[in-house]
Amino acid sequence: MRPFDYRSAADPTAAARMGSSAAEPAYLAGGTTLVDLMKLDVMRPRTVIDINGLAPDWGKVEADSRGLRLGALARMSDVAADPVVRRDYPAIAQSLDLAASAQLRNMASLGGNVLQRTRCTYFRDVSWKACNKRTPGSGCAALEGVNRTHAVLGVSASCIATYPGDLAVALIALDAAVSLVGPDGARSMAFADLHREPKDKPQVETNLRPGELIVGFSVPAGPWTRRSVYTKVRDRQSYEFALASAAVALEMDGDTVRSARIALGGVATKPWRAREAESLLAGARLTEDLAQKAGRAAFIGAVTHGGNDYKPRLGAATVARALLEAQALEIAA
Amino acid sequence: MKPSGPSRRAVLAGASGASAASLALAGAHPATSQTAPPAPGADMAVTLEVNGRSHALTIDPRQTLLDTLREELALTGSKKGCDHGQCGACTVHVDGRRVLACLALTASVAGRPITTIEGLAGPGGDLHPMQTAFIEHDAFQCGYCTPGQIMSAVGCVKEGHAGSAAEIAEYMSGNLCRCAAYPNIVAAIEDAKSRMDVA
Repeated sequence: MRPFDYRSAADPTAAARMGSSAAEPAYLAGGTTLVDLMKLDVMRPRTVIDINGLAPDWGKVEADSRGLRLGALARMSDVAADPVVRRDYPAIAQSLDLAASAQLRNMASLGGNVLQRTRCTYFRDVSWKACNKRTPGSGCAALEGVNRTHAVLGVSASCIATYPGDLAVALIALDAAVSLVGPDGARSMAFADLHREPKDKPQVETNLRPGELIVGFSVPAGPWTRRSVYTKVRDRQSYEFALASAAVALEMDGDTVRSARIALGGVATKPWRAREAESLLAGARLTEDLAQKAGRAAFIGAVTHGGNDYKPRLGAATVARALLEAQALEIAA
Repeated sequence: MKPSGPSRRAVLAGASGASAASLALAGAHPATSQTAPPAPGADMAVTLEVNGRSHALTIDPRQTLLDTLREELALTGSKKGCDHGQCGACTVHVDGRRVLACLALTASVAGRPITTIEGLAGPGGDLHPMQTAFIEHDAFQCGYCTPGQIMSAVGCVKEGHAGSAAEIAEYMSGNLCRCAAYPNIVAAIEDAKSRMDVA
């Protein structure tokens, strides 16, 4: 690991000021991504700014009739265990339960979780020269390399690295917003606008400005949040990243879909909203056949690279399963 | 103690091909060595609260809790398996919660209560029910992952996630055992759970 200055921030303004003025800064919350990638020499901050001192203000989980608010420094395990989140926003609780391990969930913050970096092996191993995300302009070793886990949606000629997170998939399905604070003050944006597709600049992963911090997330209330699920398909039963995942939230009138919200994980370069699949479902009777059709619609634009040729089929089946599970949910009055 | 034979470094330096290339890469950044003086990152004074004792230490900001425990405090029960948060061998408790010492910067846990496997037994040396259960159920073979398994298992029970064998398997999935003592580990946790509930 390279040397760095370690600093602690006591309040958000001080943190944002440090984060925009310090030399090559990185914020430290749970550290589960940052410390790992610093050991691998992939991330090389010269200033590490510990923001855990902000926790009393930013660690809260609050719910009321308007919706759910999650503080950026709330830990994954605490949010997953929250009874209101489990009852009213099950897709969020499941996305957290199915992520990482119990120890990592005790450490990792929600803000850090949504900003976790890709698991692309070429990105994580600096002995590979070609990685446009790590070294802009160097190429992409995954295009013709071992790309079984790589993305099929939102890919470009520069990068096919998969966005690895689970929570972000649930948040984007549930129309969440993210609130931010930076050196120029506070703002908020749709969670869907936080992450960027790689296009020709895969090194720029988010629309955060220099020094900007995630304060928290808000999820609007709606009759669909209770009928929501997060389905994750992976190589082993636990403690593994998704090969394909789907967050689904349904508003039903009997067997007829009033509205459907569908997002995909493990298959795209950013948390992915599947609007084509959603529009197929609106107003229709949800059958197994239609669920499969919607799943296939979600992958119409898929581009594969050999090792991941199986992903559109797996992803479509995952969407179909999530839809049928959401439909079958028994919801207490 | 000086090694009498050729050192590992000398052997590596004599290698050719791919390993020489990776060595050249490492050589270009001597600051990555743990022994090199940190240029921008000055040492810092911290106080660690480990197993009920305070330790005033001067540390390199790069030190992880795992390295501080093992190298500075000689608490070698916490094991370094992968050093990347994937195996669970370094599991300790911070603020009473199970976490991975290999991914925690020491500076970030200063002042917070830390418990390692060495601090789990009672003051008189009475083993924790989980330790006893691991012995009685033969929940290990080589033993390398065991301290992490036990610290994680205590957390698993305290969190209320030891309700069934399936739940234990899910909530212990962050602790790998390459000897595959898993059935005995699950049995030990189920047994210890009933003893911890009584205690």
